[in-house]
Amino acid sequence: MQTFFILAILVLVFVIILQISKASEYVSQIKGYENARKQSNRINGFMLLGFLIFGLIGVYLCNEWLKDRILGEPASDHGELVDQMLYVTLAITSIVFICTQVALFWFAYKYQESDHRKAYYYPHNNRLELIWTVIPAIALSVLVGFGIFYWFKITGPAPKDAMVVEVVGKQFGWEFRYPGADGVLGKKYFKKVDAVTGNPAGQLWEDPANHDDVFVEQEMHLVVGKPVQLVIGAKDVIHDVGLVHFRMKMDAVPGTPTTMWFTPKFTTKEMKEKTGNKDFVYELSCDQMCGKGHWSMRGTIVVETQEEFDAWMASKKPQYLVANPDKDLTAKKDSASVALPMTTAVAKN
Amino acid sequence: MSETMITTATVAAQATTHHEEHGHHHESFISKYIFSMDHKTIGKQFLITGIVWAIVGGLFSVLFRLQLGYPDKTFPILETFFGQWAKGGQIQPEFYYGLVTMHGTVLVFFVLTAGLSGTFANILIPLQIGARDMASPFLNMLSYWFFFLASVVMMSSIFVNTGPASGGWTMYPPLSALKQAGDGQKIGTDLWLVSMALFIVSSLLGGLNYISTILNMRTKGMSMTRMPLTIWAVFFTAILGVLSFPVLLSGAILLLFDRNLGTSFYLSDIVINGEVLPNEGGSAILYQHLFWFLGHPEVYIILLPAMGMVSEILSVNSRKPIFGYMAMLGSLFAIAILAFLVWAHHMFVTGLNPFLGSVFVLLTLLIAVPSAIKVFNWLTTLWRGNIRFTPGALFAIGFVSLFISGGLTGIFLGNSTIDIHLHDTMFVVAHFHIVMGVASFFGMFAGVYHWFPKMFGRYLNNTMAYIHFWVTMIGAYLIYWPMHYQGLAGVPRRYLDKSGWVNFNNFRDLDQMITIVTIVVFAAQLLFVFNFFYSIYKGRKVRSQNPWGANTLEWTTPINPGHGNWEGDIPEVHRWPYDYAKDGREFIPQTEPVGANESKH
Repeated sequence: MQTFFILAILVLVFVIILQISKASEYVSQIKGYENARKQSNRINGFMLLGFLIFGLIGVYLCNEWLKDRILGEPASDHGELVDQMLYVTLAITSIVFICTQVALFWFAYKYQESDHRKAYYYPHNNRLELIWTVIPAIALSVLVGFGIFYWFKITGPAPKDAMVVEVVGKQFGWEFRYPGADGVLGKKYFKKVDAVTGNPAGQLWEDPANHDDVFVEQEMHLVVGKPVQLVIGAKDVIHDVGLVHFRMKMDAVPGTPTTMWFTPKFTTKEMKEKTGNKDFVYELSCDQMCGKGHWSMRGTIVVETQEEFDAWMASKKPQYLVANPDKDLTAKKDSASVALPMTTAVAKN
Repeated sequence: MSETMITTATVAAQATTHHEEHGHHHESFISKYIFSMDHKTIGKQFLITGIVWAIVGGLFSVLFRLQLGYPDKTFPILETFFGQWAKGGQIQPEFYYGLVTMHGTVLVFFVLTAGLSGTFANILIPLQIGARDMASPFLNMLSYWFFFLASVVMMSSIFVNTGPASGGWTMYPPLSALKQAGDGQKIGTDLWLVSMALFIVSSLLGGLNYISTILNMRTKGMSMTRMPLTIWAVFFTAILGVLSFPVLLSGAILLLFDRNLGTSFYLSDIVINGEVLPNEGGSAILYQHLFWFLGHPEVYIILLPAMGMVSEILSVNSRKPIFGYMAMLGSLFAIAILAFLVWAHHMFVTGLNPFLGSVFVLLTLLIAVPSAIKVFNWLTTLWRGNIRFTPGALFAIGFVSLFISGGLTGIFLGNSTIDIHLHDTMFVVAHFHIVMGVASFFGMFAGVYHWFPKMFGRYLNNTMAYIHFWVTMIGAYLIYWPMHYQGLAGVPRRYLDKSGWVNFNNFRDLDQMITIVTIVVFAAQLLFVFNFFYSIYKGRKVRSQNPWGANTLEWTTPINPGHGNWEGDIPEVHRWPYDYAKDGREFIPQTEPVGANESKH
């Protein structure tokens, strides 16, 4: 019913406008087109000035309305650089924005047609041209300089002590693999991918580096203050690892691994306090169109202290043992604690 | 040979014989309005087809804005129209992505490429350089009909059972290459690719024609530096298109092969829905390079004609020469060159080598310099003018405002450091809609309002035009300005429902506001469409040959020029087109010889 009313109102407004338009055509016929034109010229001149004034007020109000909803403090070291660059650029572009928009609308208003004025023949001025070629060039060199400097810092090689996590996107979820105690991710081959036999990542079991790799889905754990390098891939189509709070982003491309690294600054608990949102979680969003579930391709990240992380990691069983339960010596000793994953694995086999 | 023949013919046509007669060749309805080889008719065909597509593309955006603004509401009327696509009155994800994809494709290619440069290159090139028609009227006609064919194929893809292509207008593989990836990746994507191939043929035929006409068929005295900036703009546009569209064609053909012939150009290491595919060794990123090698110049293919028309219209209506003609020309040239050297700024986060990325940062931000020159020159053109706010002039001023706003946010995105955070967020959506979408539309509207009297011999209704302008101008800023904030908060593009997210779900009021404004702005465009068709038949008649007091050659033709444009000889050109306010005279047409005592500039 509501839609119907809205449509009806739209149609009504339409009809009114048409009638006014027709009427104004007749009026200007009576008054003379030249007079009508001059009148509408004055009206439009005022409206342009009004647009400038209300527009700038609107820009201010819009900022007041929405400024608290953009992200607060960045939660990674790289994020600080990104935000710094962002604010420098914002400052420079704001100045340019205000100057040029004011000039545009002010000139339009000030120099609107008048019988008392003749336009000024002013086809060119080489010095002016030079000035406004050189000044933007200098401003942009500054931005390029900073930008590239930060960019190399962010994309440079990860520190040696960085922990490594493999992130793999698929329609429509995330998989993570931790290298385990040896710190090395085992080799994998996509043709070995087989969720039924407990090998969703396609690990090659003959590679001993694989034997302690831990596989988890949807939730990634990271250690606060410790650099982490993500090795990123995708199973089916291109996805993108988007980490808004860390200000990081990297595509996940099938067949071409990519990487990025950063250092988380705050634990999830600290962020809950900082944001005042007790439900806060770090979210991992897919930022590259990947199919009908793209909008819901959500992962979460828990940033915690080293002790909490170690405890969490200790609770996970290497995927090798999940896929090959006969190799699982601990399970025989302590069958109670791991009975569930074992039986599921067996059942799948 | 035909000089005298056309002369007599157009005189005859002018002598109110309703049925136009061209010497000894008869023009039937079909050869005059359908398979016409008259550049003016072909231009109108492009324009009207573009308008139809713009309505379709705009309507799609209204539909998906409904979903974005009211993700948990149901609109039973949608189910009535779209059946399974809007089950229970809610837009289904597959349908949503189909709508987004079609909206982008239709507006970028069919409206702002074909509808914009197809229309104005065709109508203005011969009229403004002083030619009777295009270099090859037949190829010109084919150009339109290939576009029409592309339109038919694209339109048909909307009606297939599995829906239109839904991989985004950029159509990245492997998503677009794998039929298993979703419904939209089935026949819809094949039709999309075929349609694009036809479209590229159309664009190449048109572009080659524009270039050869401009280079070879200028009238006596019309040296290259006496051409109006509109012609320079469509000239560079055509060159960009001719050099870059073939690359997209190759990209699309390889994608068709990957889809249907089992090749692996873009495919490697794929496991989809548990099925392991045999392809190895392809590169998904290769497609992005091919796509953006067109895709970035495409942005300027859309923008340059608008810039050219805005320059012309601002100058005419400020009654003042365009400031810095040579600088305007130089900056157009610089933009055209740089357009080819910045494509990878769309790919900063694809795992591109960081060093390569830094080179593209430099080249990308370099484009801001010629862009800044253009803005400053437009501002100076207005300065101390005597400005008439015709609807065309208002849209031209609006264009400059939007170009500034959207251009400045480009400085954020072109900087790879900031792009890491903003890439593929709503910030990008806001940026390119302002600078490429709305700004180019403003250029196009300015052109339509300005040259409508030349096209149809009547004026558009001014009241409707002013309402159209102000609603669109205010609406455009209301829609896109706050959208930047969503992007700064990291909200990704193409998310149809954000309620499952902790950090993206706090813009519900904003989304609703944008949706409502979108509907109002869309209604204002329908008002324009009504005005357009109404005025073709009922508009106030043009009584003067040169209603705007402009210098360029199109205003020396009869009010309703026939095929061949000029009765009698083609006029000779003696000066540049921007002698306004010179030596105390309001304007001096290009056809007037330079006087003995005239001051030099």
